[in-house]
Amino acid sequence: MRLSNTARWTLGAISLLVLTFIYVPIAVVVINSFNTSMNMAWPPAGFTLEWWGRAVGSQGLLASLGLSIFVASCATAIALLLGTLISLALSRYKFFGRESVSLLVVLPIALPGIVTGIALNNAFRTIMGVQLSAATVIIAHATFCIVTVYNNVMARMARMNRSLEEASADLGAGLWTTFRLVTFPQLRSALFAGGLLAFGLSFDEIIVTTFTAGSGTQTLPIWILTNMFRPNQAPVVNVVAVAMVIVSVIPIYVAQRMAGAESKR
Amino acid sequence: MTGGASARTSFARRVSTMLYSRPRTRLGLLLSAPLAWLVLIYVASLAALLVTALWTVDDYTGAIKMEWTFDNIVHVVTGSLYQTVTLRTVGVALLVTVVDLIIALPIAFFMAKVASSRIQRLMVIAVLMPLWASYLVKAYAWRSVLSHDGILAWLLRPLGLDTPGYSLTGVVLTMGYIWLPYVILPLYAGLERVPNSLLEAASDLGAKSFTTFRTVVLPMLTPAIIAGSIFSFSLTLGDYITVNIVGGASQMLGNLVYTNVGTANNLPMAAAIALIPIVIMFGYIAAVRKTGALENL
Repeated sequence: MRLSNTARWTLGAISLLVLTFIYVPIAVVVINSFNTSMNMAWPPAGFTLEWWGRAVGSQGLLASLGLSIFVASCATAIALLLGTLISLALSRYKFFGRESVSLLVVLPIALPGIVTGIALNNAFRTIMGVQLSAATVIIAHATFCIVTVYNNVMARMARMNRSLEEASADLGAGLWTTFRLVTFPQLRSALFAGGLLAFGLSFDEIIVTTFTAGSGTQTLPIWILTNMFRPNQAPVVNVVAVAMVIVSVIPIYVAQRMAGAESKR
Repeated sequence: MTGGASARTSFARRVSTMLYSRPRTRLGLLLSAPLAWLVLIYVASLAALLVTALWTVDDYTGAIKMEWTFDNIVHVVTGSLYQTVTLRTVGVALLVTVVDLIIALPIAFFMAKVASSRIQRLMVIAVLMPLWASYLVKAYAWRSVLSHDGILAWLLRPLGLDTPGYSLTGVVLTMGYIWLPYVILPLYAGLERVPNSLLEAASDLGAKSFTTFRTVVLPMLTPAIIAGSIFSFSLTLGDYITVNIVGGASQMLGNLVYTNVGTANNLPMAAAIALIPIVIMFGYIAAVRKTGALENL
């Protein structure tokens, strides 16, 4: 199809409009974090750094940030281990039920979060009689984080050259030595990307978390959610939101750098 | 010392040799841990959820009674509240999906087929960036945008209009906003796979742009459209946080589940309600499985 210039310009204009639609709400939050008005009235009434100061000094906020980092790290570690094992099995072997296993890995993310959340809540509380805690959140997060590691490692394994591993075995290396010195180095960047995604997914998760966290377990998203509805805390939530947007740029930057390094190779 | 070390080495070596000649054992060792985790924790929980839906709660103590009954299921299927909320939730999920597809198609097309490669790269980053920004931050951003003192009211007032405020319309706007990047990216990837030569051939044979789009692009794009719709549809179907933040008093299925777990403390009822999105999603996945869209996720 040969598009007329009018069509091209119209498409370009629509695209610009869509990008504006995507960025205006985020910009509003950034501006509101400096807005003197407590109820985020627009246009901003004046400039203040008070909310930023309050955010840095908030004990509850810092504690929840720490807990979120801890939960996300544990969930990522479990997901990396289990995701690597299952990808090695699925990419190297043909066996009965292989399709079902791959569906099983995707299921926790394909089903709505509330289903995963209530199913685990019910299993922990009613069936096993376990108290909800940070540990139950970690178990829940690890379950849906496996898929990000799995996707990345599977894609890498499909492109990997098996003959290197065969050469290693022919030269007398055992299975573990071959994995450590030949397979793992080739998987490293895929594991990094998958782990980064898993960390981000866990760090930001709120729906499954509300169902699996005990009353004393306050992750950062739960802190945001509870404070959002308190009028005198809402401006501080703006600050946290901006900080989270800034932090979320880091993984994109790293991923882009890695993609660039890969394509040059 | 040396003897011990070499004994260990030779033991490790023997294990390695044994495993090398037994691929089935190797497979079993690789699969056991992740499968145990997924089956014992996840599948067992889903199964337990089905079972719990068939139990009931003691009216006085609030404890769960393991008496088999279909009451909860019957209640959920026939109760007018649940029917209304189910229809509303499916309606919102469909609307969000359609709105997102309509918004995503032109920008994905522009990125894949019109923009220069430099603009294209920048746009992919620009679309990817908000995908990484926190879900809560985006919902919260819309809470400020939609508020009666917010920017939307300020923009619309000169036109004699007002913000929809915290309402079902607000929910559709916010959800549409949150899931938009998840829809743009698969569409963009799908359009990238449509070869330019095919489009040129269509126009050489005299097809107008719209005809080419309808008869050449759209059929090739169907798997990508379905992949994108799975995200926006499934994620909207189970959501209750956004509804709490920008929905005002409106309720969706997720809210009913949430109140039954929390305030009402009736897990069996919550389990029965949660079956609705499960059935809908399994139906949806089964329906689209044949199209090959799931490989596009």
